[in-house]
Amino acid sequence: MQGNTLILILAATSVVAFFMGRARSLKLAGAPRIRGALHSLPGYYGYFTAIWCLLPALLVLSLWLSLESRLIIALLVEQLPAAQQALSAGELNLLLNNIQNLANGDAISGTADAMLQDAASRYSSYMIASRRLLAVVTLAVAGIGGVLAWRRVHPALRARNKVEQIVLVLLVAASSIAILTTIGIVLSVVFEALRFFQKVPLSEFLFGLNWSPQTAIRADQVGSSGSFGALPLFAGTLLITSIAMVVAVPVGLMTAIYLAEYSSRAVRAAAKPLLEILAGIPTVVYGFFAALTVAPWVRRAGEALGLEVASESALAAGLVMGVMIIPLVSSLTDDAINAVPSAMRDGALGLGSTRSETMRKVILPAALPGIVGGVLLAISRAIGETMIVVMAAGLAANLTANPFAAVTTVTVQIVTLLVGDQEFDSAKTLAAFALGLMLFTVTLSLNVVGLRVVRKYREQYE
Amino acid sequence: MSDRMSKAKDTLPEQPSDIGKTVGNVRSANPYVVAENVNVYYGDNHAIKNVSLEIGTKEVIALIGPSGCGKSTFLRCLNRMNDSIENARVSGHISLAGTDIYSKDLDPVALRARVGMVFQKPNPFPKSIYDNVAYGPRIHGLAANRAELDNIVHTSLERAGLLKEVIDRLDEPGTGLSGGQQQRLCIARTIAVDPDVILMDEPCSALDPIATARIEDLMYELSEDYAIVIVTHSMQQAARVSQRVAYFHLGSLVEVDETNRIFTNPRHRLTEDYITGRIG
Repeated sequence: MQGNTLILILAATSVVAFFMGRARSLKLAGAPRIRGALHSLPGYYGYFTAIWCLLPALLVLSLWLSLESRLIIALLVEQLPAAQQALSAGELNLLLNNIQNLANGDAISGTADAMLQDAASRYSSYMIASRRLLAVVTLAVAGIGGVLAWRRVHPALRARNKVEQIVLVLLVAASSIAILTTIGIVLSVVFEALRFFQKVPLSEFLFGLNWSPQTAIRADQVGSSGSFGALPLFAGTLLITSIAMVVAVPVGLMTAIYLAEYSSRAVRAAAKPLLEILAGIPTVVYGFFAALTVAPWVRRAGEALGLEVASESALAAGLVMGVMIIPLVSSLTDDAINAVPSAMRDGALGLGSTRSETMRKVILPAALPGIVGGVLLAISRAIGETMIVVMAAGLAANLTANPFAAVTTVTVQIVTLLVGDQEFDSAKTLAAFALGLMLFTVTLSLNVVGLRVVRKYREQYE
Repeated sequence: MSDRMSKAKDTLPEQPSDIGKTVGNVRSANPYVVAENVNVYYGDNHAIKNVSLEIGTKEVIALIGPSGCGKSTFLRCLNRMNDSIENARVSGHISLAGTDIYSKDLDPVALRARVGMVFQKPNPFPKSIYDNVAYGPRIHGLAANRAELDNIVHTSLERAGLLKEVIDRLDEPGTGLSGGQQQRLCIARTIAVDPDVILMDEPCSALDPIATARIEDLMYELSEDYAIVIVTHSMQQAARVSQRVAYFHLGSLVEVDETNRIFTNPRHRLTEDYITGRIG
């Protein structure tokens, strides 16, 4: 039986169980319905029965599927001729792959000899038997679970409490997925980074001035020094982020001030969605805008002024990144300004302040923590941004503060380190994890500080 | 205007002028603020209906009436705080010491320096106590140097009855004071600009009885120098602090008279119903 059919049958069974549980509760409560005759609404008895029908069966199903292949392969290996059993782990793996492919009718490497054919047919028969058994066991569990629950349906049964408990468990499980994933990512990055630091000392990584991650794959390879000083990358990131913030903070701030305090309702209604569109443009689109439009323009403008500008410059990438971040800064600032109680505004206006005095002397100081928090979040966004810099800032790890030079950033280097054919345990690829860890630490601490500042500020007026 | 005061129509005296439709005496012997035929619309909502009222120099006048009767709206017309509400429209004529405050030449910012306002909820700025009081003098350039500014701040706090309590902590945030102290700080902040009129929009509604009593004492002292217009829901408060009382109902000014007379012998049935607790 196919897995999909089995799941459909399970679903149908649990629907039947729902109606049977519901019907039984109604029957036991008797007609006419008296208030309090049933502990819960009839639907809860239905859900109770359906859950007991479905959940144990699904549990059995998933356990079975996760253990099945391991058990079958163990059986298969046991019955292989002694010569094959003596093979090394890698060769055995290859053989087993061949057997599975042959059984599924896929292409195999080498010729299908008698031993292989024999093993493949045995594999197929095991699989068929296993699936049949699975269908029987699952449906039996569903049936038994459903019937037991159905028999437990009784007017005094606290069906609502039990159903809600199970729902609570589901909610907790769903929210732990995100948390566990985060922990998993952090741990994998940390462990790979630790492997990197076994090959390259931490001090060299943090303070080295030279970034040239090409390592020799063959002994006779030339031009592969393999030096991992991350300072130029962080300097490049800092340079581009600073340029972006120089663009985004004043523009975003003034946009927010205008929208929050000066614009008419019509302008606000039009401008807010437009800003949100700006926030919704994929960064790759910003990236080619930066590379194809802004970078040549910066170069021409620089040449007109007699400056030497690289065709891929930190300035071009920073400018476009700044534009990308404007909506983030302006919407967070807008929120902060709107969160200042209107009593403050009235108080200042009532004392005879002009609108600009009210803004500068009362509202902005009151909103400042929120604005600072927003700017910190924007900085961490800029540091983590990748596509724009990949396309517009270049790959040369120059240690420079000159915005007209090509620089590279941490994120760009992570991309280039992991793109293409690599040995996965070389210092070169592991360096990506070390960079990722550093980046993660920096943005995480910025986010923590930013969110803390924002929260502290929100509490101030509550 | 046909349906205005429809409930009260039968009891209103039939007189040709709009002023005549208010019972009592809207005139003041020594008028400082004069409002004539003021109408306020919020979009389609006719919030103030043809109100005329004179407010005397150094007089305390209380505006009373049930919620939504327009007394706060009328108060906010007097310093043009309704300007910042997008769909509000004011018609009629209001003058302050003879100057039309709704004339195109008049800067509402300058007007608000002459007509101070104290709000329902104490709203000190998130600044130090000193800076709160110094805010107005600073933006209006009232002090030439630090010594003068210190002087203004101290005098204002003294007159608001707060100086003794805060003299040691002028640098601490104004938001750290108690509710009653905050409201007195707001009053100090208002009188630091040296206005002619102080508008108070239910200044005690967020305060406990002891703090309320202190503010009422303060109002009595301040009335020696300022005209005070107070909106209040407490009739006892109106009786204690004011010389005249104006009763608003559904956007109309129903009756104005001496405080004593309003509370002992109201002429209009609606006023009587309100002060005896039958409406409101």
